[in-house]
Amino acid sequence: MELFREVNIDWLSKKWYLLSFSLLFSVAGVLSMLFWHGVPRGVDFKGGTLVYVSFPTTPNEDHLRTALDKANVKDFRIQRISGNMGAEANEEVIAVPEMADANHDAARQAIEAALASNYKDSTFRVEQTDIVGPTAGKQLTRQAGWAILWSLAGMLIYLWFRFELIYGAAAVVAVFHDTLITIGAFSLTNQEITLTVVAAILTLVGYSMNDTIVVFDRIRENLQTMRKADLSTVVNKSINQTLSRTVLSSGLTFLTVLSLYLFGGEVLHGFSFALVVGILIGTYSSIAVAAPMLVAYQDWRASKGKAVNLPGAKVRA
Amino acid sequence: MQKNLTGKLIAIIAILVIFVYGALGKIPGRDKDGKTNLQLGLDLKGGTHLVLQVHTSEAIAAATDNAVQQVQTDLAKIGVTGTTVTRSQNASEPGVMIITGVPSTKLSDVRDALTASTYGDYDLTSQPDGTIRLSMKATAVREARERALETSIETIRERVDTLGVAEAAIQKYGQGEDQILVELPGVSDPGQVSRVIQSTARLEIHEAVSGQGFPTEQEAQATAGPDTVVMQGGNGAGDNQWWVLKRVSIVQGPDFRDARPSQDQSGRTAVSFNLTTAAGDRFYEYTSANVGKYMAIVLDNHVKEVATINSAIRDSGEIAGGFNKDSAAELSLMLRTGSLPASITYLETRTVGASLGAASVKQGVIAAVAGMLAVMAFMLIYYRGAGINADLALILNLVILLGFMGFTGSTLTLPGIAGVILTIGMGVDSNVLIFERIREEMREGKNAHAAVQNGFAHAWITIVDTHITTIVSAAILFFVGTGPVRGFAVTLVFGLLANLFTAVFVSRTIFDFLLNRKQRGEALSI
Repeated sequence: MELFREVNIDWLSKKWYLLSFSLLFSVAGVLSMLFWHGVPRGVDFKGGTLVYVSFPTTPNEDHLRTALDKANVKDFRIQRISGNMGAEANEEVIAVPEMADANHDAARQAIEAALASNYKDSTFRVEQTDIVGPTAGKQLTRQAGWAILWSLAGMLIYLWFRFELIYGAAAVVAVFHDTLITIGAFSLTNQEITLTVVAAILTLVGYSMNDTIVVFDRIRENLQTMRKADLSTVVNKSINQTLSRTVLSSGLTFLTVLSLYLFGGEVLHGFSFALVVGILIGTYSSIAVAAPMLVAYQDWRASKGKAVNLPGAKVRA
Repeated sequence: MQKNLTGKLIAIIAILVIFVYGALGKIPGRDKDGKTNLQLGLDLKGGTHLVLQVHTSEAIAAATDNAVQQVQTDLAKIGVTGTTVTRSQNASEPGVMIITGVPSTKLSDVRDALTASTYGDYDLTSQPDGTIRLSMKATAVREARERALETSIETIRERVDTLGVAEAAIQKYGQGEDQILVELPGVSDPGQVSRVIQSTARLEIHEAVSGQGFPTEQEAQATAGPDTVVMQGGNGAGDNQWWVLKRVSIVQGPDFRDARPSQDQSGRTAVSFNLTTAAGDRFYEYTSANVGKYMAIVLDNHVKEVATINSAIRDSGEIAGGFNKDSAAELSLMLRTGSLPASITYLETRTVGASLGAASVKQGVIAAVAGMLAVMAFMLIYYRGAGINADLALILNLVILLGFMGFTGSTLTLPGIAGVILTIGMGVDSNVLIFERIREEMREGKNAHAAVQNGFAHAWITIVDTHITTIVSAAILFFVGTGPVRGFAVTLVFGLLANLFTAVFVSRTIFDFLLNRKQRGEALSI
């Protein structure tokens, strides 16, 4: 069975369609980040207390609210956790915003005491608690920031070393585009970004590079063999040649990540969502962002009168 | 060619066996509590993860308080009177003493006394206005902080041991020098944990300015002097009195050597304690010089008892009043296991219940198996015979990954399981690369042998490139991440490294094996 025999699509001519598609999602995401949901930060970064409680049957949220109100728990937020594949679960998460380090445990104790004394509908069990104080929140945010910066720098250096700076820059732009759209997706769906989500995004940085590198490798190889052709033709041919590999391999990775999203449970939900979105966008960006950027850069240099100087073309027999 | 191939096949089978053993068997000499070598992380086993901050400045302040007393004694010895010795209240310089009121005639004598070896950790500077500053040297400060941190770790470890937690982990944490990580598998009640760790268990004995408490804080403040502090507490007569105490304590937490519940002469539940020899000497000096005066026993900045000093006490004493059997036992435990040298604040608390952990394991495994089956089925349909090749490589990949983790004693976390799933997806990518190239070569007319050869040769560089970029990402995650994220980085890196081996070496060997057995011109199933 073979899906992509003799593909011959002129990708670069469609680059404006592809660009507007990208722009649509990027802008939607950015607008949501700025004006709508903002960037929803998980407890890891903004601090606070999360208490996950499970009940034997579906709980009545109003009763829960009353129970907490009666005990004077302030500023809480209750959210139902959906089970696997959207099935109704009997779990709620109660969130209280950040308190000072000195009162670290106060919110959790208050919530548990409130439920124990005021919630009479059924028994309950605390499945999980996360308490992050302001000091830890700042530290974790700093760590995440450094991880992202180091990742991007590492990528740039590696690509510079293996290919050339322009390849590296094109790939980094593609990765930046992917990250922006992924975070935008979180903002649009109002899902929280936790440490594991940042880990997923960093993994995507590496993964998106993969696709881009496969195309660039082929471009470089073809530049050596197709000396007479212009850059656009070479790039188009390279994309077409690697298309089957790109779609298949992304498709297979997507299959496994989808399995994680559907069956992997609530705890990994944000993580798997990031991977699902990221893999789709990452594949797309190698074709629609990185490769055209290469051509655009060369066109720009040519228009300035400078010589077209892409590696591969330099090597003479 | 034949011998080479057999050798390779044997090597592959040997590796399979070794790594199966690593994943499932028992490694001699390694103490494991479960049936497998694989450690489960807290998010899969259930447990508590804590990050504590030790206020090491308090330890430095306490040491300086002791030095202040020493200075006062030494100055008295050389006959210098009328001076005031205090510890700087500036929070940014906890190790600084300020001596004012030294008569100019005695300045050089004082300087000589204060540069003696007892004050080796301090630097003496004379201010132009006649005050003398003794500042703890930077190295001494650093050492004191480290000691405070290490003592805290030891103390917490002893206390946690009483909980009987298997494989509790207590260690330094993070880039700073004052944070501790505590991981307690199987314990998911944070209330119980903090009761055991007792965040601010500080017991001290201060001199009480008078034997009477004041009914309100204001009245107590009115009589407070420059080196006193006002604290609330009781004296068996309820908790609602305010006391004026000397700020510098005579005896602190680390000075207690032993403690046990007992009963005093009137039959009240009490705690009997013993001090260390050095502290005992200090206490003896103090009490023999202050018979008739009062001392207050302070627990967690709360006055527990005020007693008259009837005679000199060396190293054993008793605290009575306000205890029941449980609180006496608790206090004795705290004193016995050593008081914490400084107070601690909780920075981060995460607990996962055992049932949630088990559910996570189940869900993770289901997702992994579903993903793997989907991928394997697809490879069979799309690549036919070569699909079997890829599937075998995939299984071997997984075995090596789990075996690797077993051998290194790595911890599997929930994101780690996700990493395994991701490895499956990305691992099969290598096979796709190679197979697509082989198909391309065959389409250009090359025969099976040449196609396979060229396919592997061309794809090799790209495979290495793609693996390195993801491995670099994962390595960064490993260094900057903690706990669950680290688990993810570990499985991803191990999985990709294993994949480099299986996708290239193993797949190639299987292809060679098949090609060897084919007749000339027979097609390759791909």
